[in-house]
Amino acid sequence: MANKLIKQMALPNSIANIFTARNIITAKDALSLTEFELMERLDVGMAEVKFAMAHISEVVCPPCQTALLLMEQRVRNERSAGHLPTRLRGLDEALCGGIPFGVVTELVGPAGIGKTQFCLKLSLLASLPANCGGLDGRVIYIDVESKFSSRRLVEIGIESFPEIFLKKGMAQEMAGRIVILRPTSLSEFTESLHHVQVSLLQKQVKLLVIDSMAALVLGEHECGASRQQALGWHVSFIKSLAEFSRIPIVVTNQVRSQIGDEPLTYSFQARSHSIKREDPAAYDSHLVAALGINWAHAVTIRLVLEARSGQRLIKLAKSPISPPLAFPFNITSSGLVLLDDDGIEMKGSEINTIHCQGQNALFNSEW
Amino acid sequence: MEVGMLPISASKRGKLLAAGYTTLHSISRASPSHLATDIGVSEDEACEILKYASQTSSMDPSIESSNASTLHGGQTAWTMLNEEKFATRITTSCGDIDNILGGGITCKEVTELGGVPGIGKTQIGIQLAVNVQIPPEYGGLGGKAIYIDTEGSFMVERVLQIAEACIEDMSEYSHHFHNNVQDCEVKLHPNSILENIFYFRVCSYTEQIALVNYLDKFIEEHKDVKIIILDSVTFHFRQDFDDMALRTRLLSEMALKLMKLARKFCLAVVLLNQVTTKYIEGSYQLTLALGDSWSHSCTNRIVLFWNGDERHAYIDKSPSLKSASAVYSVTTRGIRNSNSSCKRIKMV
Repeated sequence: MANKLIKQMALPNSIANIFTARNIITAKDALSLTEFELMERLDVGMAEVKFAMAHISEVVCPPCQTALLLMEQRVRNERSAGHLPTRLRGLDEALCGGIPFGVVTELVGPAGIGKTQFCLKLSLLASLPANCGGLDGRVIYIDVESKFSSRRLVEIGIESFPEIFLKKGMAQEMAGRIVILRPTSLSEFTESLHHVQVSLLQKQVKLLVIDSMAALVLGEHECGASRQQALGWHVSFIKSLAEFSRIPIVVTNQVRSQIGDEPLTYSFQARSHSIKREDPAAYDSHLVAALGINWAHAVTIRLVLEARSGQRLIKLAKSPISPPLAFPFNITSSGLVLLDDDGIEMKGSEINTIHCQGQNALFNSEW
Repeated sequence: MEVGMLPISASKRGKLLAAGYTTLHSISRASPSHLATDIGVSEDEACEILKYASQTSSMDPSIESSNASTLHGGQTAWTMLNEEKFATRITTSCGDIDNILGGGITCKEVTELGGVPGIGKTQIGIQLAVNVQIPPEYGGLGGKAIYIDTEGSFMVERVLQIAEACIEDMSEYSHHFHNNVQDCEVKLHPNSILENIFYFRVCSYTEQIALVNYLDKFIEEHKDVKIIILDSVTFHFRQDFDDMALRTRLLSEMALKLMKLARKFCLAVVLLNQVTTKYIEGSYQLTLALGDSWSHSCTNRIVLFWNGDERHAYIDKSPSLKSASAVYSVTTRGIRNSNSSCKRIKMV
C-alpha cells in the first residue's frame, strides 16, 4: 500500500506532474513529509497540498471493517473460529479455543523447561487431519539451535494419537508435512522468512514455529540500539505474515538474569509508593525474558514456562483474551500434560515473573 | 518576516518580497489590480493573497465563531467554562478511574494511556469502544467507535465478552431503577455493539498517517462516531525509523490533526502508548515511548502501572485534573473496580 505510485492515483495531472518533478514518487514519500514541507518542496499553496494529501491518504488508507464482520468471517472461514487447539484442556479454555490465528504467541522460559517439547506437539497437532482436531496442513519449523528431534516427534505422535500413527504410512505422511529450516545467522533467517512468505501463499502452510528467536538475535549484535533495530524489522514482518495469512506463529524466547534486584519503576513512583518486595528466597532466581521490552510489547500472547520448587508451571502472562492463570504441567512421553485443568489464578505482576527453582527436579522427567 | 506566514507557494512569496511587500500590513493596503501588476500574477491570484493576508493578520483563526468582539475566532474563558462543565464524558466502567478523571474520558480532548505490556491498555481501549455505545437512557453517549489497530491486538472474542457483560450490567441497572418490567428490556444485542465499532488495521506508519488524514472525511460521513482509539500509536514509529527528527515532526503533525478532529466533531481521542527504559539520574527508569517532544502533544496523559499486586492508573499530566492514582482490575467482564479479595469473577 505504501509503495503505491502517485501517478497511478488519479490525481489531476497538474498536481501529479509536480509531485513527479520534485521526486516524490510513492505514497510513502509524500506521507513522510509534513504539509508545510510539502508546500515548500512543491511550490504550491496550502489548499492544493491539502487536497492532494487528502486524495492520496484516501487511496492508501486501509479498508474499514466492523468488528461484527471480523467475527463472522472468523466463525465462517476458520477452524475452531480461528484457534489451534493444544489438547491441554485448561489452556484451551483459557485461550478461547487454543493458540489463536493471526497473532504471534511467545513461549518463554529457562533452558530445559519444555518449550521445544511444546513446539513439537503443536507441529504435530497442526499436521493432523481435520477429523482428529488438527489443521490438516503443513508446518514450517525454523530450528535455530538444532533442537528438533524427529525421533521424539514420532514418539509423541505414537503416544498421543496411537490410532493414527500406528496406521501404515500415516507417520510418514504426518512427519512429511513438517518442513525444518536451519538458518545459522540472522541474514539467513531473513532470507528464510522471505521464502516462507512465498510458501504461505502457494502451499497449505498452517503453522510457523521459530525456535528460538533469542538465539538468532543475541548471538549477532552488541547490546542496545543496533540490536533493537535489527529485531524491529523482523518483528513487524512476522506479525504481518501472521495476519495476512491468518496462521498461528509460535516463537520461543530465552531468559536472562535481571540487572539489579528492583523492578523498573516510573519517575513518579520513586518514593511515594511502597513497592512490595518479593519473598527474599526468590532473589536467587531473578530472571526476565530476553529480547527487551520492545519485543514484549510486540507479541500478542506470552506463555511463561517456569519451575517453582520443582513444579513446572505454564502461565498466561500476557493475553488479551484470558485471565491470568497458571497451570502445573509435566513432560511425559506424549509431550506436555497438564496436571490441573482449572489453573491457579495469579495475582498481580506475579504472572510475569520467571522462576527457575528446583533445578534438579527438571532432570527427573519421566521420559 | 510576516510574509513568511502566508500559506502560499514559495515562488509567490519570493515575488512579494522582491516587489517590496515585506509586511502583511503593506499587502492589505494594496488593491488587487495594483498587487497583480506589481508582482506579475493574475488578478485572481492577487485576490487570494489579499484574502490570506487579512485572515492571517487577525489572531488565531479557529473553527468556532464566538461572541468575542475584539478578536476574530477567539473565545472568552467564560464561554469555555460553560462548555467544559457540560462536556460529555465516556465512562471506563471503573468507578475509581472515572472519579480521578472527573467522570470519565473527556470528549474534545486527546488522552494518552501508556503502560508496560500486559497492564491492560488494549483492555481499556476495548472497554471504551463498548462504553461509548451505552444509550443516553443509561447515561452514555449512544455513539459509535473507531478502533485503529496497529499491533493486531484486537481480539474479537474479547470484545464480545465485554459487550455481553456491558449489556448485562445495563439490564441489572434498569432492574433497580425502573418499576415497569417492559422498560427493563435492553434493546441492545452484543452483535449490534460489534457492528458499531469501525475497525482499521494499519500495517505501516504511512498507512497510519494516511488514515489520520482520511478520518476527517470518514467522520463527516459517520457523524455519530464519538471516540477514536489508536492502539498503539507507537508501534510503527519504533521500528525502522532512522531519522528521529522526521519522526518527531510527523508525530506532532499527527497529534495536531487528531486534536483538530477531537474539537471539530466533539469526540474523544484515546492514544495507547508503550514504554521504554531511559537512563535518568543515575538509574534506569520506565517512561512512555516516543520521546520528550511527544509527551507535550497530548492533552492528558495517564500512566498504567503495577504497584505490588494491583494495577494503578496515575494521571501524569493534565491541565485540569489533579495528579491522582486509582486502582483498577481487569476481569472477564472487562475493566472494573478492584476487589480487595481478588476472587476470580465468573461469567453469569
